[in-house]
Amino acid sequence: MIIPEIAFYLFSVVAIASAFMVVAARNPVHSVLFLILTFFNAAGLFVLLGAEFLAMILVIVYVGAVAVLFLFVVMMLDINFVELRQGFLQYMPVGVAIGIVLLIELVFVLGTWVIVPEAKVFAEAPPPANVTNTHALGQILYTEYVYLFQAAGLVLLVAMVGAIVLTLRTREGVRRQSAFAQTHRRREDAIEIKKVLPGQGA
Amino acid sequence: MSTMLAEYLPILIFLGISIVMVTVMLGASYVIARQRPDSEKNAPYECGFEAFGDARRPFDVRFYLVAILFIIFDLEVAFLFPWAVSLGEVGLFGFWSMMVFLGVLTVGFIYEWKKGALEWD
Repeated sequence: MIIPEIAFYLFSVVAIASAFMVVAARNPVHSVLFLILTFFNAAGLFVLLGAEFLAMILVIVYVGAVAVLFLFVVMMLDINFVELRQGFLQYMPVGVAIGIVLLIELVFVLGTWVIVPEAKVFAEAPPPANVTNTHALGQILYTEYVYLFQAAGLVLLVAMVGAIVLTLRTREGVRRQSAFAQTHRRREDAIEIKKVLPGQGA
Repeated sequence: MSTMLAEYLPILIFLGISIVMVTVMLGASYVIARQRPDSEKNAPYECGFEAFGDARRPFDVRFYLVAILFIIFDLEVAFLFPWAVSLGEVGLFGFWSMMVFLGVLTVGFIYEWKKGALEWD
């Protein structure tokens, strides 16, 4: 059938175009929105490759969480857009150098395919027989790769503690409700009974 | 087409239909309706009074903290899915491996709670 091919070209063209727009858009918020579109198309490409679980995780984690975080960061930066454009030529050599490095890497990858066609066989992991993607991952992630899995947990812990340490500020003069103090207040602490005689006042 | 991709065909059709509908609706309103923009019509509407200030003002860092804590627990849940599916095969070791993972993150959760990072004020 031709439908997967059409879908592949559709997803890749939109992915490349929106990735270009991430760099080219004048407004950083628009850049982030194009980045979200790129993530969606990458998820589509993952599905076409048969990596369903990765596609779903890409949508949940990257689109659902990381993109929102990027939006926050972009909104928090107090950017003067005119000034931002002025540094463009200054940073250009670094950008071009990184681009050339990536291009050379891509050439190497393609080169191995051309020079040693058998290498492709070794690069491809054998598709797990008769199990779904998620199932196949689960069978090895928690037993064979247990150290890496626990390391991932520690990395998440460090990220959590780091975010709290970096951004949490206790505010002065904030009135809070303390349920403990409320329920432990006794009658004697709160009220005082006085006998008021007629004609004298309290 | 493999059976796996065939299961995704409805999503592709849905995607195509939604793209066509959006294009038709936006395009039709752009082509058919009279366009006579002026500066007042293009100005951002803010409850009847003149807009003051920039929309892009930096806001509280606490939003960022909430977002990053959400991402961390989101990833934790993402690790739970393959575990739940394959629990029958990975056995007791896999079970306790996940329990240690959850325990490590629970330590972080208790820290976060006690620090007051979940409270807004």
